[in-house]
Amino acid sequence: MARSVTTQRKTLNTLIAWGIGLLIFFPILWTILTSFKTEAQAIADPPVWFFFDWTLENYRVVQERSNYSRFLWNSVIIAGGSTILGMMVAIPAAWSMAFVPSRRTKDILLWMLSTKMLPAVGVLYPIYLIFIKLGLLDSRFGLTIVLMLINLPIMIWMLYTYFKEIPGEILEAARMDGAGLRQEILYVLTPMAIPGIASTMLLNIILAWNEAFWTLNLTAARAAPLTAFIASYSSPEGLFYAKLSAASTMAIAPILIIGWFSQKQLVRGLTFGAVK
Amino acid sequence: MATKASRSAARLMLAPAVILLLGWMLVPLTMTLIFSFQRYLPLRGGFQGWIGFENYTRFVTSSAFWPSVQATLFIVGGVLLITVMLGILLAILLDQPMWGQGIVRILVIAPFFVMPTVSGLVWKNMFMDPNNGLLSHLWRFFGADPIIWLSDASMASIILIVSWQWLPFATLILLTAIQSLDSEQIEAAEMDGASALSRFWHIILPHLARAITIVILIQTIFLLAIFAEIFVTTQGSFGTRTLTYLIYQRVLESQNVGLGSAGGIYAVILANIFALFLMRIVGKNLDR
Repeated sequence: MARSVTTQRKTLNTLIAWGIGLLIFFPILWTILTSFKTEAQAIADPPVWFFFDWTLENYRVVQERSNYSRFLWNSVIIAGGSTILGMMVAIPAAWSMAFVPSRRTKDILLWMLSTKMLPAVGVLYPIYLIFIKLGLLDSRFGLTIVLMLINLPIMIWMLYTYFKEIPGEILEAARMDGAGLRQEILYVLTPMAIPGIASTMLLNIILAWNEAFWTLNLTAARAAPLTAFIASYSSPEGLFYAKLSAASTMAIAPILIIGWFSQKQLVRGLTFGAVK
Repeated sequence: MATKASRSAARLMLAPAVILLLGWMLVPLTMTLIFSFQRYLPLRGGFQGWIGFENYTRFVTSSAFWPSVQATLFIVGGVLLITVMLGILLAILLDQPMWGQGIVRILVIAPFFVMPTVSGLVWKNMFMDPNNGLLSHLWRFFGADPIIWLSDASMASIILIVSWQWLPFATLILLTAIQSLDSEQIEAAEMDGASALSRFWHIILPHLARAITIVILIQTIFLLAIFAEIFVTTQGSFGTRTLTYLIYQRVLESQNVGLGSAGGIYAVILANIFALFLMRIVGKNLDR
């Protein structure tokens, strides 16, 4: 039975919650609004809210002056590439631990988790040095590999918790019917695993897109993704609010949209399955 | 029952992940460990001999060390306090019946998806700028002198920015935990005449204990490593140089790799202490 609630109480809840929600969201809303203003309107005091001459000028200028699309492309390649490469390694690993567990499975899982806890700054110079020696500094390939490695434990864990939920009886039934390992994976497991695989990929794209230690320290002009592009606005250029806003809006919009679709999976992925 | 063939196949499927992670962990960490015992200045003569634990003692006795530990504790502690307390309140609020619950949840979660460089710069320039920032407009509107946030209240500013980023994470996880609470239990308590406060204290809070612990541990591990938010705002000045940022400066800016590596080993040890607690909790969960 649902709790009975008075309309009055519900109205009050609604007002408070919307108020707080809008307050938390406000910096993002303000950034989006400012991106459509002129520079003069962007710093106006008192601030202008909705009634100004909406313009797309800033977006055009940002693209022309700093070749925004190249940074965007780098972000897409690095986030997408590290996700796809990571899944190629993570799916078999998670599959084997979920369906053919051994005595060491738990230790291996926990050890994998522990590699995620390694502070990046502790291995900054070695990675930097290896990158120089291998000619990977400021290359999309090098960054893709690093981001794949730092997110691999999360991918494996998340897939593992999803795979664990597939009932073992189904597998046994398939084996009884004479299905081989290949058929078992292809026709029984894959269809059931697709939702878990999709949400793992989404979470990983979010994490890789927003990663801002390695992307800042291992790239310069060629391979810099959007995180580094935005960081270049920490110069006085960032005082052109409308341009900064346009650049920021373009950098966060794709992930805001993906993120909203994967809120639930976020919890499972980031708590390593401890909260579902 | 797994057959012998499927066992060896399973091992083969696990191997790439294990080898990659093993390499990713062992190779750079070993290098850091080796550098930490060397006098190693890449731009000023390179390798200049083995010096034992001198880097380790120099790192902790340098004048920058304790302030950086202090800054780290302030930021981690401050952000944890704010995000966990507000997160509990927000989670309870969002669990109440209301109109447009889904949309409010989206609004609250959104900051988590903003990349750190964007949130750092948007707050720094568009809100905290002493001349044109929105907060200074607000201060002037009330006839007050605007605060020069990132220099006069640098620590509070960084804590505010980072809390804004992490509040959604705490809220989302605590909300998920609250929603798993049996509503009949609350109803029963309500009928027994338990006040809202005692319901919170005796039913909701104990139920959330595990989720709160997880939020604290995971956030601590991430907060110890925050970098970009400081990189684009104060660059570590005005007392906001954390341990992570100090090591970064030693290694890449002043290129004293030996000294920075010793600092890196300290950071690894520190992170591992928290990681051990987290893994114990997560590990228990695996058995169920």
